Amino acid sequence: MRLAEHQYRSVSAIRGPLLFLEKVFAARLGELVRIDAPDGRTLTGEVLKIFGDQVLIQVFGGTQGLDTKRTSVNFSDAVMRAPLGAGVLGRVFDGSFRPIDDLPMFIPEFRRPVIGAPINPVARAHPEEFIETGFSTIDGLNTLVKGQKLPIFTCAGLPAREMTEQLLHQARLPDGGPFVLVFVALGLTHFEYQFYRQTLEHMQSRFVAFVNLADDPVVERLLAPRLALTVAEDLAFRQEMDVLVIITDMTNYCDALREISTAREELPGRRGYPGHMYSDLASLYERAGRIHGRKGSVTLLPTVTMPEDDITHPIPDLTGYITEGQLVLSRELHQKGIYPPIDVLPSLSRLMQHGIGKGQTRSDHRDLSNQLYRTYAKGCDLRRLEAVVGRDGMLAEDRKLLDFADRFEAGFVHQGNKRRTIDETLDTAQALLDDFREVAR
Amino acid sequence: MKGTVTSISGATVCVDLADLKIGDRVFVGTSHLTGEVVRIDDKIATVQVFEENRGLGIGESVTTAGGPLTVALGPGLLGGIFDGLQRPLPLLLENSGDFVSSGQNPFPLDRKKSWAVTTNNKPGDHLHSGEAFAKVREGHIEHLLLMPQDGTLQQLEEGRLTLENPVATLADKQPLYGWHSWPVRKARPYQSKLPPTRPLVTGQRCLDFLFPLLKGGVAMVPGGFGTGKTVLEQTIAKFADVDVVVYVGCGERGNEMAGLLDEFGELEDPRTKRPLKERTIIVANTSNMPVAARESSIFTAVTMAEYYRDMGLDVLFLADSLSRWAEALREISSALEEMPGEDGYPTYLGSRLSGFIERAGVVKTLSGGQGSLSMILAVSPPGADFAEPVTQACLRVSGALYMLDTQLAHRRHFPAINWTQSFSLYSDTAMAHFVEEHEEWAKLQARCRDILQREDALREVAEVVGMEGLQDGDRLLMRTAEKIRLDFLCQNSFTEDAFAAPKSTIESITTLVAEHDQLSAALANGALLDDLLKEADHAPR
Repeated sequence: MRLAEHQYRSVSAIRGPLLFLEKVFAARLGELVRIDAPDGRTLTGEVLKIFGDQVLIQVFGGTQGLDTKRTSVNFSDAVMRAPLGAGVLGRVFDGSFRPIDDLPMFIPEFRRPVIGAPINPVARAHPEEFIETGFSTIDGLNTLVKGQKLPIFTCAGLPAREMTEQLLHQARLPDGGPFVLVFVALGLTHFEYQFYRQTLEHMQSRFVAFVNLADDPVVERLLAPRLALTVAEDLAFRQEMDVLVIITDMTNYCDALREISTAREELPGRRGYPGHMYSDLASLYERAGRIHGRKGSVTLLPTVTMPEDDITHPIPDLTGYITEGQLVLSRELHQKGIYPPIDVLPSLSRLMQHGIGKGQTRSDHRDLSNQLYRTYAKGCDLRRLEAVVGRDGMLAEDRKLLDFADRFEAGFVHQGNKRRTIDETLDTAQALLDDFREVAR
Repeated sequence: MKGTVTSISGATVCVDLADLKIGDRVFVGTSHLTGEVVRIDDKIATVQVFEENRGLGIGESVTTAGGPLTVALGPGLLGGIFDGLQRPLPLLLENSGDFVSSGQNPFPLDRKKSWAVTTNNKPGDHLHSGEAFAKVREGHIEHLLLMPQDGTLQQLEEGRLTLENPVATLADKQPLYGWHSWPVRKARPYQSKLPPTRPLVTGQRCLDFLFPLLKGGVAMVPGGFGTGKTVLEQTIAKFADVDVVVYVGCGERGNEMAGLLDEFGELEDPRTKRPLKERTIIVANTSNMPVAARESSIFTAVTMAEYYRDMGLDVLFLADSLSRWAEALREISSALEEMPGEDGYPTYLGSRLSGFIERAGVVKTLSGGQGSLSMILAVSPPGADFAEPVTQACLRVSGALYMLDTQLAHRRHFPAINWTQSFSLYSDTAMAHFVEEHEEWAKLQARCRDILQREDALREVAEVVGMEGLQDGDRLLMRTAEKIRLDFLCQNSFTEDAFAAPKSTIESITTLVAEHDQLSAALANGALLDDLLKEADHAPR
């Protein structure tokens, strides 16, 4: 512990978001610094590297206007902490936790480091409580459970926004209660953000939002989700709420990570993304979960826009390796006018097996979902054949499978804005399968 | 000896501590973070820190542990759950709450628990390193207490002893305890390696029948995300016919580890009827735990596995996933500014990996018994592209490949093992054993492969001419192949079907092939396929 605040005016270089400082005494890794710019602005930064008395600082906010002569840096002797307390609810902050809703800053009850400590695997309670989202393709075939992290893989131009928004309205917890929402906008355009803002206004005070728009500082894009997850952990594990964290869009986060990594002269990996991107993403996604003996939960639904609709692109690829499944949106279904355009074949919920069946949903759930998958997969396989030989050249049996695939998409996947309860979903599934067997006979 | 921190770059820290050796364990800073010396330049040593080190300051003190990173080996490991540095996670939970904090080093084993020690030796016996000087009962196994070095016994204790009481004293007055420590990066010695011969029954029809593994063999399981690597590994961990299972969650999901812990506490071992947990050691270093500890986790785990092998037991080592280990290696290498090789991985990836995988095998132990260490290693190739360096490096040293197929997984064909591209070099040897019990095994395997291969060819034809255009014989073959795929190769890990004994495996495939032969014979006699199928489908089963 240092007794006095340390102040330095020994900036030796400024490169992109990075500041090099000389002749610093006893800096700490990750130490929070305050930077006083010559024009009177105050910025914050974090210590990235220390070589003897030389210190490398990452600046949150733009470095425009900083110089080597008059800029001064104050060391705080502490790592970055997020202010926490019941006062965060109903508020909108920027990527550095400054309020942007024209209200004064709330009075924090205490502060916690924004880099959360990992949950001890032994302390984790396995997620197995069913969440009814109202979407048949999710509830019936890719069931979401409390404490899960399930990303939405979308392509540019698909209605992921509408889906997310609808999900907020209609998701029900097992006890029927609503979620507390932690919303993180990363690199969104003002146009996109307008859309979500209306939704937030309807949530009254059951939300916290962190907004970093497309023209806001890039470094804050890396900070905002960490602030949000620190808040989410506090709401869930101290204040015992069920928290749903929505981060949109992780692709912007990863691009920011690449930008900063390049400035730091790190070795680029696939497509220029840094080699530590897996660990970095894991440090965010893994903060979802439940803990034995505590009531709350953190459920995470990040949105990932797949560049070039490519699911093997590093961003969706690494995300899929960390999250417990994925919901994949399909351009083809969207063009057929099907909403939500969830392609169930590549979609998956890894935690589904424990969240369905007797006591959770219905005892016939597992069986119905397996049959739907199998029959639909067969039908999709046959579509290729149909393209070559035409429907007339096919066996009667195969034509029925093709019909089934069409009716499954129109009757089960497609539901427009209508919410379906889990019973309605499973009944629809049963009816489709009954019809199919009837015709097949 | 004391030194100070001179520079910090992420988890890579330089210290000015003299007389360190590469691989030495050091304690860094006021919170005593564990680190390992990875490079020495003149008077400055570079240390890789295994714990979260934000807040560490320049000038903080550094001390040496006086030796390399070790694990404690002794009774009480079974049923344990550790992190990558062998810190017992339940104890961390008790000490520091639900979140893992840095700077804690509790002893990995329960020092207070007492064990009933018996011995066949007497004072005056001269024993070599690795020979047993006493034994205790740990769950279902006889846990041999092995000599850490050569020596003559002077005094021996029996009865209930804790790990704090000496079990024996050597002639040079040195006490021997029920546990000893061993450096994780040093393979435990044995007399000689033997060729693997005995089959390892996994209970997965597809593996046992088409791609059998041997005790002491190495299989790799590459697969893109969602292809069921973890479920396959965990299912094998439950049912494999081995004495001890060591499961490493290396850089994987925390929730999956929680599920595994819950399940293993409840399930019982089908052979011994004791809780599954009692034969399992879990090492959990989830993806958000420090990267350097992820790198060391597989070494920590394999050393514990070797320890049980040295008692003459069959041990299965499962790692999920080796790619995360390789990535940790890459991160560390890149922080050290080493010259990168393919895809940024260090050029020593291959040699490091083969050195690790060679720790598997059947050995004649130092005490004269025979033990085996088998490995099943999951690999997560980026973008499911099997040409990447980690998959390729693994392929060169493993004896079996269970390739998981994204297309099969999308169709919910689980386990999604691709039957055309997977292989097992152990097949012939395993066959020799299976054939003794079931003479038909080899013949059936060939038939089954043939049917599946011909289905592939026929499907291409069908795509051109349509199913209508195929001859009856070919349509029958496609029907049989579908049955083999759906009723035999598919196996649901969440139902009773999760484990199939070899006997039932052979019975089901025999039935399927017999039905096929019967129907083809009828076709040859002029019957029509449609009539035959109608009959077959309506026949009582």
